[in-house]
Amino acid sequence: MKAVSPKEAQHPRLTLGRTTSVPELVVKIVFLGIVCGFAVSLIPVLIGLKSWTMLAVLCVSVACILIIYTTKRHVPAKYLFPGTFMLVLFVLIPVIYTVAISATNYGDGTRGTQEEAVASIVENSVERQENKPSYTMSVARGTDHGRLVLYLVDEKTGKIYRGTQQGLTPVSRADVTVSDGKVTAVGGQRVLNALEIDKQGDSLSRLSVPVNKDKGIYIHPSGISEAYTGQSRLIYDKAKDTITDRQTGTVYRPRKFGDRYYYADSAGRKVSEQSWLSNVGWDNYTRLFRDESVRGQLFSTFLWTLFFAIFSVFGTFLCGLLIALLFDEPRMAGRKFWRSLMVIPYAVPTFIGFLIWSTFFNKDFGIINQVLGVGIDWFGDPTLAKIAVCTANLWAGIPYMFLISTGALQSLPTDVVEAARIDGAGPFRLFFQIKMPLLLISVAPLLVSSFAFNFNNYNAIALMTKGGPFASSGEIFGGTDILISGIYRMAFGGSGAQFGLAAAVSVILFLITAVLGGIQFGISNKFEDIR
Amino acid sequence: MTRTASTTSVRPNKTRPMKIRNGYEVPRGRAWWRHLGWRYIVGVIVIAFMLFPVLYVVSASVNPIGSVASGSLIPKSLTFDYYRQLLSGTRYPFMRWYGNTLLIGLVIALLEVLFSTMAAYAFSRMRWRGRRIGLFTVLLIQMFPQFLSSVALFIIMSEVGKVLPQFGLNTLAGYGLVLLGGTMGNVWLMKGYFDSIPRDIDEAAMIDGAGHFTIFWKILMPLVTPILAVNFLLTFIHVIGEYMLASVFLTDNKVKTLSIGLYGIIEGDQSGNLGLFCAGSILLCIPVVAIFLWLQKYITSGLAAGSVK
Repeated sequence: MKAVSPKEAQHPRLTLGRTTSVPELVVKIVFLGIVCGFAVSLIPVLIGLKSWTMLAVLCVSVACILIIYTTKRHVPAKYLFPGTFMLVLFVLIPVIYTVAISATNYGDGTRGTQEEAVASIVENSVERQENKPSYTMSVARGTDHGRLVLYLVDEKTGKIYRGTQQGLTPVSRADVTVSDGKVTAVGGQRVLNALEIDKQGDSLSRLSVPVNKDKGIYIHPSGISEAYTGQSRLIYDKAKDTITDRQTGTVYRPRKFGDRYYYADSAGRKVSEQSWLSNVGWDNYTRLFRDESVRGQLFSTFLWTLFFAIFSVFGTFLCGLLIALLFDEPRMAGRKFWRSLMVIPYAVPTFIGFLIWSTFFNKDFGIINQVLGVGIDWFGDPTLAKIAVCTANLWAGIPYMFLISTGALQSLPTDVVEAARIDGAGPFRLFFQIKMPLLLISVAPLLVSSFAFNFNNYNAIALMTKGGPFASSGEIFGGTDILISGIYRMAFGGSGAQFGLAAAVSVILFLITAVLGGIQFGISNKFEDIR
Repeated sequence: MTRTASTTSVRPNKTRPMKIRNGYEVPRGRAWWRHLGWRYIVGVIVIAFMLFPVLYVVSASVNPIGSVASGSLIPKSLTFDYYRQLLSGTRYPFMRWYGNTLLIGLVIALLEVLFSTMAAYAFSRMRWRGRRIGLFTVLLIQMFPQFLSSVALFIIMSEVGKVLPQFGLNTLAGYGLVLLGGTMGNVWLMKGYFDSIPRDIDEAAMIDGAGHFTIFWKILMPLVTPILAVNFLLTFIHVIGEYMLASVFLTDNKVKTLSIGLYGIIEGDQSGNLGLFCAGSILLCIPVVAIFLWLQKYITSGLAAGSVK
């Protein structure tokens, strides 16, 4: 099918495509209008927040939409764009971003930049200076993202200043309303009252107004209506990237402890526990492979993941196929009914199935222990827990395999099967030499995707065992942890997020998934003859 | 099934009339056991294993003894107290979770069906450079679960939230956007179905002057309805059961979906809250199972047509 006639392809004109009917045209114009309006309204915000990546993504997307939907060319793209756009935005870009994160020490305590860390260290060392001016303070909300602004009245001279994180600027008396030596309104706008100020909490107490950064002089709020001048004990030298203690003369430089940087002196004493986000190169990967205990855990977890995936795919496929064959007998009564019953568990959301199975295996009141009359602690022993997880996953996977096997059996080419039967093939030969090969060809791609799915079947693990049991508290991976559930705990688990390390394991999993996928594509003949 | 009775040997039975089912003679006596009887027995065992957890949920949801310590599958007395507790919302904002779940399920499934049908149309009906590579790439990228990039997605969405708060973390819209990343997942299924529709139909329409959009919307769409139903249902079931990403993105009680909410209920007290959990599960399952059984015919044939070429 030629989507565009050659004549049009040679002379693409800027039109609204082939749309001819009025309602379609209106829809198209409205859609493009919304896209452009949305983009135009977002650009200033993004520039304000300095989100250059998002700005680039936005501009490229809008450009693509305009190119694809305002010309007569690129017809396939008109249909591919929405799905591909989402795929790129929420699958591909996150994959790339994950790779980038894996080269950093991103995590709890290292979320900010080095600049922010230095500012916080220096500001935290401010000490009050009695001989310097003190102020009566009022707090107002600034125009940029509601950041706090201080209005300060010098208690001795009565001069008025406006103080922000950027610095101190004098304010003329005409612009503000002052009563009782305190600024009560700015340009007609009310300042915050005591209750509102109290609610600001940390964002106010951490605010300090630099007066002279080189000498480390800052104005600091004290309570809710006063501010004092203070001088920081620590001075940052940007050119040398050092922090110097004014009193002792100690010089602190960025030094690496583990995978984090801190400012520390030559003896290794840290000036603060404040660290920041930095690139660590391959450190996350070397940590995974160099550390003997981590490497061992990673390897055994990988083996278990592999076993779990293989068992799940072949176990469910075998059972599903056998059950499909069981009901593939035209002389049976009520076949439709049997098949309907088989499919019901498929319609039950997976999380319900796994949670119910986890109660079945409960040591104290689980139905399995009750029926068997034993008190086995299924989730306390790694092997038993693995059996429990495999059983539940088998149950969860069989209906799908049953469905596709039934479908495939029903659509086997009847002439081939019939010919073999007439040639005298018995039921077993008929199955193993005729039906099975035909069946496998048709379900192979589905087995591939099922394998990939089970390799990363977080649901089964998280809802059944949460990865446990754990041999000791220091273990990264538990007895039933597959790689992906271990990652989740590293990143979002209770004890300190280690996004960088989790991302490194994710990248390894991406590679494994890609390799496994590639191997199986190679095996599968299905892909030889894509039409 | 085009096998006919003529291909099997038909033995006349003198005492009783022959019993025919689906064009085949149903054997009697020992032959019945050998051919059919064991199938019924095995079938019952298999079905019992598959349906047991489902029946268990039904039973526990009406069993006044909230925990399962009672031990019997058939409750001694009935109670609808758990349903009442959930529906009245005294302990949990259940109806809100229900609404969230249905909303996100319907919207995402609709968009996914639309997007993947459009893509399948381009893959099946048009010839363009990079088509083969495109198909492979889609299949390969879809093998990477989104959840593996959850760290990156988390950071991306929190950045998005700074610019567009209505799409940030802890919003249904943001969570929905993330789910839409998987929208190309069923493209292969859809493409297979499109391929099975003769091209003569759209070529005839083209000669009559129909454009690509008319062919897509007015001619092919009605013909692929079965697979649309299948795709919609599969996506809907997937979305309402989605737990992994929801646990990262939806932590606020107001925006939770049922998967997160019900998980929270049973995690709080695995034995004591079992009845509540099961009642909630039943309420979630009823519409799904009903639609599922209703559309089952399409599902089996749709899946087969998509996979078998």
